[in-house]
Amino acid sequence: MNWLQSFLLPKAAATHASEVDGLFMFIIYLTVFFFFFNGALIFYAAHRWRRRSAGEVTPHTTHNTKLELIWSIIPLMVVMMIFFWGFKGYISAAVAPNDATEIVVTAKKWVWQFEYPDGTRTLNDLHVPLNKPVKLIMHSEDVIHSFFVPTFRLKRDVLPGRYTEIWFTATEPGVQQVFCAEYCGKGHSDMLAKIHVDTDEQYETFLREGDEQVRQMPLKDLGRLVYENKGCATCHSVDGTRGQGPSWKGIFGQVHQGTDGKGHLVDENYIRESILYPQAVVVQGFEPIMPTFQGLLREREILGVIEYIKSLK
Amino acid sequence: MADAHTLTGTGGATAHAHGDYLDDPKGIKSWLTTVDHKRIGIMYLWSITFFMIVGGLFAMLIRIEHLTPAKTIMDAEMYNRVFTLHGAIMVFLVIIPAIPGSLGNFALPLLLGAKDVAFPRINLMSLYLYWIGALMALGTLFMGGVDTGWTFYTPYSTTTGGGVTLMVFAAFVLGFSSIFTGVNFIATVHKLRAPGMGWFEMPLFCWGMYSTALIQILATPVLGITLLLLAMERLFHIGIFDAQLGGDPVLFQHFFWFYSHPAVYIMILPAMAVMSEVIPVFSKKTIFGYKAIAFSSVAIALVGFFVWAHHMFVAGMSVYAGAIFSFLTFFIAIPSAIKVFNWIATMWQGSIELKTPMLYAISFLLLFTIGGLTGMFLASLSTDVHLHDTYFVVAHFHYVMAGSNLIALLAGLHYWWPKMFGRMYDESLGRIGAVLVFIGFNATFLPQFVMGSRGMPRRYFNYLPQFQALHVASTIGAVILAVGLFLTLANLLASFRRPKGMVDNPWGGKTLEWATSSPPTTHNFEGQPVPLHGPYDYRPVPAPIGSEVHTG
Ligand code: HEC
Ligand SMILES: [Cu+2]
Ligand SMILES: [Cu+2]
Repeated sequence: MNWLQSFLLPKAAATHASEVDGLFMFIIYLTVFFFFFNGALIFYAAHRWRRRSAGEVTPHTTHNTKLELIWSIIPLMVVMMIFFWGFKGYISAAVAPNDATEIVVTAKKWVWQFEYPDGTRTLNDLHVPLNKPVKLIMHSEDVIHSFFVPTFRLKRDVLPGRYTEIWFTATEPGVQQVFCAEYCGKGHSDMLAKIHVDTDEQYETFLREGDEQVRQMPLKDLGRLVYENKGCATCHSVDGTRGQGPSWKGIFGQVHQGTDGKGHLVDENYIRESILYPQAVVVQGFEPIMPTFQGLLREREILGVIEYIKSLK
Repeated sequence: MADAHTLTGTGGATAHAHGDYLDDPKGIKSWLTTVDHKRIGIMYLWSITFFMIVGGLFAMLIRIEHLTPAKTIMDAEMYNRVFTLHGAIMVFLVIIPAIPGSLGNFALPLLLGAKDVAFPRINLMSLYLYWIGALMALGTLFMGGVDTGWTFYTPYSTTTGGGVTLMVFAAFVLGFSSIFTGVNFIATVHKLRAPGMGWFEMPLFCWGMYSTALIQILATPVLGITLLLLAMERLFHIGIFDAQLGGDPVLFQHFFWFYSHPAVYIMILPAMAVMSEVIPVFSKKTIFGYKAIAFSSVAIALVGFFVWAHHMFVAGMSVYAGAIFSFLTFFIAIPSAIKVFNWIATMWQGSIELKTPMLYAISFLLLFTIGGLTGMFLASLSTDVHLHDTYFVVAHFHYVMAGSNLIALLAGLHYWWPKMFGRMYDESLGRIGAVLVFIGFNATFLPQFVMGSRGMPRRYFNYLPQFQALHVASTIGAVILAVGLFLTLANLLASFRRPKGMVDNPWGGKTLEWATSSPPTTHNFEGQPVPLHGPYDYRPVPAPIGSEVHTG
């Protein structure tokens, strides 16, 4: 009865979905069977023993212990079986394998933010490798949300002040739909995300160059994104005020005194070096506290920062 | 028609010495100050009918909104208020008080052969609290409404605006109304049974009401306290549930469901209670498995307290807690299954008359079967993970709460209507109404099962276009359902244009309410009735009461 399954359930796209589907279909058959069984008994009785004359005498059957035991024990056995079946599926979905890629999910009204092991962040678009286990570590910044992927048969509430986890192994390349399933206010039904299940190659490209959106973004905008998302903003201002680090406003083309006593022209190479080897040249009057971003920023993102700084006049 | 004197010993004669309770005494004031359980039941009935129409209108707004995937007639904020009010009104103002408040108040003392409930004034108080709570709930409309859903989940409910605090107090007051009814029913069943009527000679309706009352008085206080804590958090920022204030949001869910799951049985046990009266009468056959039905009511009431966390399988609870709650939930299925089979066995070899109440009873059996069986998908852990918070759940609980409770209310209403008002509705319109309601109900909610299993989350204002066909089907079903319900209401009301003067026992029932006049006098019976035989003894020569020992 494949047609029934594909009518009732979206196409499964993760490893443990087939187990859930097996149980789901079993209970469907059971439901359909007992509905028609009870229905048939009721209609048969209503038809066969329809009152024909006013004074009909009916048997005074108060009970039948054997029958009652049968209809208590059979349902009991059936439900116990369903219980164990459901428990098995739940347990196997509970513990993630050790080699799972860990992605941190932050939910807030009404967006999903994903952070990958290398620090890359995406909004409402989650990239995962095909056929590899992925573990999501989730928390919320405001109210309760719930991460729901119908095609993975997966759902877990996302709570403020607490971490919840789920894991899956996606088995179908392509795009899967994510819903927020816990009511969270005005934008609840717009709190959607997409899971891009990438082949190894696509996933590599994503990690190296960012997702589609980032790849197409003009360099200057990408630079601003890096400034806001990668922590530059905690030490650098863009309006001229002095923070823990020098402001970026208008610095391009200036000559800065280094603690080495020399003057350094702020150009493309200088910025690049400042990001990858911050201690190579320390600007006078500042502590050498800037961490290196080697390996944390992609090549294109560095170019973006350069363009962004150029634009700050 | 069974003669009155075959039911009771003394005073069974139906001489109308006093006027009936509807006219004696006359006047609005006499109604508002009455302590007569029958009048209180009737006032509950009209109040519930009114709120059912209000809640139903909100439901229609939801269905119309979903004709298209994006905005149809209202915006998202409006939609959230509408579904919240629909849920809150239907749960707290309609379904929970529906059968106990109206049919229970009217029929329970009559079935027991009593003159009134044990505490008539508290009974009136319960009605007044209901009205006050109802006004408070409607008052939230003037405070910007409430957009939390009827479940009030924290921290959303403690951080959103609008009249949440007032709504919470409304539910608190309504809780007391429910507790007062419960206290009354327990005392009435214990103390006011007619002489010679032992526990197992009571009609099963009384067992159902008794079990319901147990839950009402044991579970409702927990809701009261939870809602007060929530109000304190909103008003004084005491951190109980809000993580930002050092509280635990999941704790609220535990508290809330500790009441609200048993509340599901406050809704279903009275429905079952009605079935156990209607089915034997229209099958002219003794109830099958009296004790099994009586004890499964009590069993459901008790086990119902230990399954609340099945609403939280995906809320981040430990796997083992999930397993225990799933296991216990499945146990509830057994007494419910037993009852259904008992009712079918009661029909077996009976002399079945498909009058309107019986059509509703059959409708109940079919809808409750679907409602109960679809519960297994949600009790089972791995399938619940997929279905939780989708339209599948919405469909499931409408089958159990509306499909069973409201259908049973309609069954009981058509059954006791001639007793309540001494008038008869039009039988064929009644039957057409019953069939329309059945068709409309299924057409509304069957598509929602499919939507849900395909992944449509609940409480969604916008939805993906792939779900539109099913939503449209559901809306068409809702229109049919509404037509059926209005036809039924009109048919019942039209009976007031007919002359009073109903025979006392139109269905040939064997329980005591049929031994008095229709409508009864203010004091129910002339003298103290004494049942001569069991409540379901349809033999030509019934056995004297107490002579038969029920063993099954
Ligand atoms: C912990 C604070 C801190 C963070 C975070 C930080 N920086 Fe710096 N940065 C500094 C300090 C202090 C200096 C000056 C001393 C130095 O040159 O090492 C500096 C200097 C620089 C300079 C040279 C500026 C000049 O006027 O010569 C550039 C370019 C720069 N940072 C880029 C970045 C980028 C891009 C990021 C984010 C990816 C970043 N910084 C994050 C503290 C920080
Ligand atoms: Cu949400
Ligand atoms: Cu429950």
